[in-house]
Amino acid sequence: MLRGALTSRPGRSGAARDRRAELWLGALGAAVFVLIAAMTVTVFVKAWPSFSYNGLSWFAPGAEVDQQLRAMRESAPLSGHGLLYFRAWPLVWGTLITTIAAVLLALVISTLAAIFITEFAPAPVRRVLDPVIRLLAAVPSVIYGLIGILVLAPWIEKTFISNARKHSVIFVVQLNGQNLTTATVILTVMILPIMVAITANALAAVPSSWREGSAALGVNRWRTIWRVSMRVTWPAVAAGLVLATARALGEAVMLAMVSGSSAFDANPADGVTFLFEPVRPLAATIFQEAEGLTIGPLSHTIYAIGAVLLVSAILLSLAGWATKQSLKRYGIRA
Amino acid sequence: MASVGVSPGPPAGTLAVRPRRESVSSWPLIDRFWFGLAWLTGVGLCVIAFAIVAIMLVKGIGYLNLSDFTTAPAASLQQNQSGGFSDPIIGTLIVTAIGIAIAAPVGVAIAAWLAEYGRPSWLARTVESAIEMLAGTPSVVLAIFGLAVLSQGFLGFLSEGASKGSLGESFFNAGIVMSLIALPLVVASTREGLFQLPDRLREASYALGKTRATTIRCVLLPAIRPSMASGIVLGMGRIIGDTAIITIVLGATLRNEPVNNVPVIGLLRGTGSTLTSYIFYNSPAGEGNSHEKAYAAAFVLLVIVLLLNSIVTRLTRGPRERRTAFRLPRFGAPRS
Repeated sequence: MLRGALTSRPGRSGAARDRRAELWLGALGAAVFVLIAAMTVTVFVKAWPSFSYNGLSWFAPGAEVDQQLRAMRESAPLSGHGLLYFRAWPLVWGTLITTIAAVLLALVISTLAAIFITEFAPAPVRRVLDPVIRLLAAVPSVIYGLIGILVLAPWIEKTFISNARKHSVIFVVQLNGQNLTTATVILTVMILPIMVAITANALAAVPSSWREGSAALGVNRWRTIWRVSMRVTWPAVAAGLVLATARALGEAVMLAMVSGSSAFDANPADGVTFLFEPVRPLAATIFQEAEGLTIGPLSHTIYAIGAVLLVSAILLSLAGWATKQSLKRYGIRA
Repeated sequence: MASVGVSPGPPAGTLAVRPRRESVSSWPLIDRFWFGLAWLTGVGLCVIAFAIVAIMLVKGIGYLNLSDFTTAPAASLQQNQSGGFSDPIIGTLIVTAIGIAIAAPVGVAIAAWLAEYGRPSWLARTVESAIEMLAGTPSVVLAIFGLAVLSQGFLGFLSEGASKGSLGESFFNAGIVMSLIALPLVVASTREGLFQLPDRLREASYALGKTRATTIRCVLLPAIRPSMASGIVLGMGRIIGDTAIITIVLGATLRNEPVNNVPVIGLLRGTGSTLTSYIFYNSPAGEGNSHEKAYAAAFVLLVIVLLLNSIVTRLTRGPRERRTAFRLPRFGAPRS
């Protein structure tokens, strides 16, 4: 690149102005970094009372989260505890199961779909699939939530939740269509497009000579894709996985609408019924409790939840950076 | 490879034109199973997308009244008295305008710095990852962070709430926080455009004695207008579709509530709602709970988002041919 070398001095004032422009633009870039740092500090400072009161037990299982939140809202501490008493495990657990289930489902579906799009789809189908993926990525989460709560949830309630099933857990929790399964299904659809797009791009970038070499050895097309193409595209799959996890973790509105909105500690020991128990992930909790930001203890708790999400997001973006480094080896930009 | 169609083996009696191995029927059972599953997922995705569009079309058009666009929402359990969504539409327009007005210039500037200067390189790399982190941060977290900062008393000129020592919920503040979620998209798209420009363009400009800043302003940025525009439109789509920031930083009051009846500034310093918060309010999860209004508003929102989406597609696809067959932007009169 000759960029620097070719910039002969076009007079002093021009060079000075150029330097000034560089400084200004650089300062703007640095401001974004400062902003991220300020965000981390602000959120943690606001969250500190909650963390310091509860210690590491903040993450531990405990009594009902909704009771603890109500106590903060009404400034009526639970007996034997301070106002800041908070045990977030049901929320963390809800986040973990919805995110992990949706990401795993989306991983399988997106890999198959990407293979289909790049290798097997006839041209007309491919022409349809391209805008379909873009449409699924563009639909706002509140519309996904609306469809979930008005279409999918009633259907799931009618089809899978018999009265016997409702009665089996009636003393613990009330079952309805807004539950773990509904949330996971819609979350999967929401994170699919990004994973499909990244995997399909990477598959298309695999040199065709590699696949032809495999085909020449008598390997059929499926095995070729599976053993050759997928093996070199795994960093792209990982990058997609990281982005999708970040999206699933941060999804608040849709989950607040369809996940059942009660901070219930869904119990896998309940067998199939577990799939239809309500949960409430961390981000959805912030969204629902946001009205309480004026109330001291509640706002500390909300910022503490935000801090946990922020740290996870930062860790995920570091993981994404690491996968991108290995992507660069293949000359793929995700 | 792609020309090898998926066809059953050659009919008996004719010459085998294709080796038998290439037909799916000769594959091992497990491969055929996965192959079938791949077809199923592809078709399934189409079905889901068409179902979403169909539901929104049928329900949306069914429940949509033209008067919804002109009447303000009202809190009422009666369907015919709960009004329309004129205020949320105005709210959506205002928040998007403020958010993009901040994100577009800042995003383009940062992208230009990253792609064209990028010195010192450690700072460039830090800024790059900061923007990636910003893109990965959940919007609820951005919202509560924004609220914490913008509720400070000295920022009271941005919101009535902050000046009274309460939460700083206002159109100004919502727009500012929204600019944060649009920023990474603008930066990424602009940067990509700058990377794809051939170096001879820069060299030609430098050879004419132009400084780097002038080159960026008069040659490079005009040349990547489609990339910038697609980033900006993507950002607009993100802003329009966001609900969490609206609920937390705009207050999501049913109507737009101007402060003290000051014409424009009063509206911008007050709380309000957008289409997304209106949909949430009218969904079974919200307080309004009237699914007819929710469907109608969701239909309008979806139409807006899909329109923006098609603009992005046109911007990123169409001009690419034009970009390779280059029209050199004209320098104006020589600038000092």
